Amino acid sequence: MAAESQSGQLLRVNGVDHVIELDPRATLVDVLREQLGLTGTKKGCDRGECGACTVFIDGRRVLACMMLAVAAGGREVTTIEGLSSKDGELHPVQREFLDNDAFQCGFCTPGQVMSATACIAEGHAGSDDEIREWMSGNICRCAAYPQIVAAVAKANGQIGAGTIAGLDLSAASGAGSTS
Amino acid sequence: MKTFAYECADSVAAALAAAADPDTELIAGGTEAVNWLKEGIWAPDRLVDITGLGLAEIESGPAGLRIGALARMSDVAAHPAVRDGYPVLAESLLRAASPQLRNMATIGGNLMQRTRCPYFRADSPLPCNKRVAGSGCSARHGDTSAAALFGWNDGCVATHPSDLAVALAALDATVVVRSERGQRRIPATEFHRLPGDQPWLHNELRTGELIEAVEVPAEPDPRGSHYLKVRERVSYEFAVTSAAAVVTLSGREITSARLAMGGVAHRPWRLAEAEQALVGRDIDDRAELLAAARLSFAGARALPGNAYKLTLAPRTAVRALRIAGGRR
Repeated sequence: MAAESQSGQLLRVNGVDHVIELDPRATLVDVLREQLGLTGTKKGCDRGECGACTVFIDGRRVLACMMLAVAAGGREVTTIEGLSSKDGELHPVQREFLDNDAFQCGFCTPGQVMSATACIAEGHAGSDDEIREWMSGNICRCAAYPQIVAAVAKANGQIGAGTIAGLDLSAASGAGSTS
Repeated sequence: MKTFAYECADSVAAALAAAADPDTELIAGGTEAVNWLKEGIWAPDRLVDITGLGLAEIESGPAGLRIGALARMSDVAAHPAVRDGYPVLAESLLRAASPQLRNMATIGGNLMQRTRCPYFRADSPLPCNKRVAGSGCSARHGDTSAAALFGWNDGCVATHPSDLAVALAALDATVVVRSERGQRRIPATEFHRLPGDQPWLHNELRTGELIEAVEVPAEPDPRGSHYLKVRERVSYEFAVTSAAAVVTLSGREITSARLAMGGVAHRPWRLAEAEQALVGRDIDDRAELLAAARLSFAGARALPGNAYKLTLAPRTAVRALRIAGGRR
């Protein structure tokens, strides 16, 4: 059995390796924000209910508040900062959120965009009803839901299911290994 | 949060040795465990991550399904053998939690969810036998709107939140557990405990044991099943009542029926009397079906806040049965 509580654990985020000291109690959302300065991932309810902290682990959408950072060691973490291209061009989902006015205060938006990107890649954005069901893990207290659904539908029309942002998300909708 | 040592088990043997240590807890998807750690409900000295053990295979054969305990909910729901052969199972998984949580949570972890009501995790701790053994039950004379109809006592009136467990109960599934002493097989209908004289216990898993797999026997007509979840919003919510139905028909005549309900007890509740009475009935005669379903509620005991479930639960069962039988 390998002890992981010692200093200098490897955490790979958006393709960059970080060797950092991790408190075993720290959740991934806290480490992303407080230790790595990646404040795009938001901490909303901190109890797995709102979806504001949605990130990808090995290409699958998960909640960073419900995951201990030590458990993300050796896995590929993608945050909202890793979604746009290196030259700053917005991801199509981000572009459609802007064009469809799919937010008001913006606090839930990074989580919504991450979740929407996965939702499309999984093939769960075929109709408005399907989008509402498969985006139900992301709460918007401003209730911009009609615009969010419109943005996801538009983005789905552009990119469709499959690979997004250089990540192969096919495992998220099929029987894959859980590594 | 109390600090703890975090380790990754690299073999089933190592995980079983860790499970035998009373100061150690095992963690997989973490979607419940991390909440309990944050809130101090769980305070182990050592946390052992078992996600590296494998145990995530989904095998389908003539005898039925075997689902590894560490398979993720989303993977099981999307597996062709589950989706096509056991609709009630896939539906129970897809109506649970959210896509993000289903990508994290495991089958074994789903069954290990705590039996609880809102008092269990009150911001300022309130008496709750499930939280602190012997502290009492705040719900018994409090808000009982979500409480059980069957099997409760003054020690605890909560219901178990798992949708999957209800589907497994209707399918006569078995929970396979392992310890250093060997393997033990527990019927899915008996895995979760009624409060009895030890209301602080949630399930039959003993110190030193680990859920290895869930086994589901093959269905003669696997398509005739359905999971219906009644809740206060369309998605991402616990059940008020739910029903898993497995039915076979000869024309319109019911030749066999199995019904399990969620939201009514500390464990999935099989409607044995109804199952018997339904044989020979016409799937399109709703009044007869409802009369049959109500036979299983003769022993129900409503609390001040949940008498509405006496009406809702049999209707939930009948609707699930009719959808399983191809009706709307």
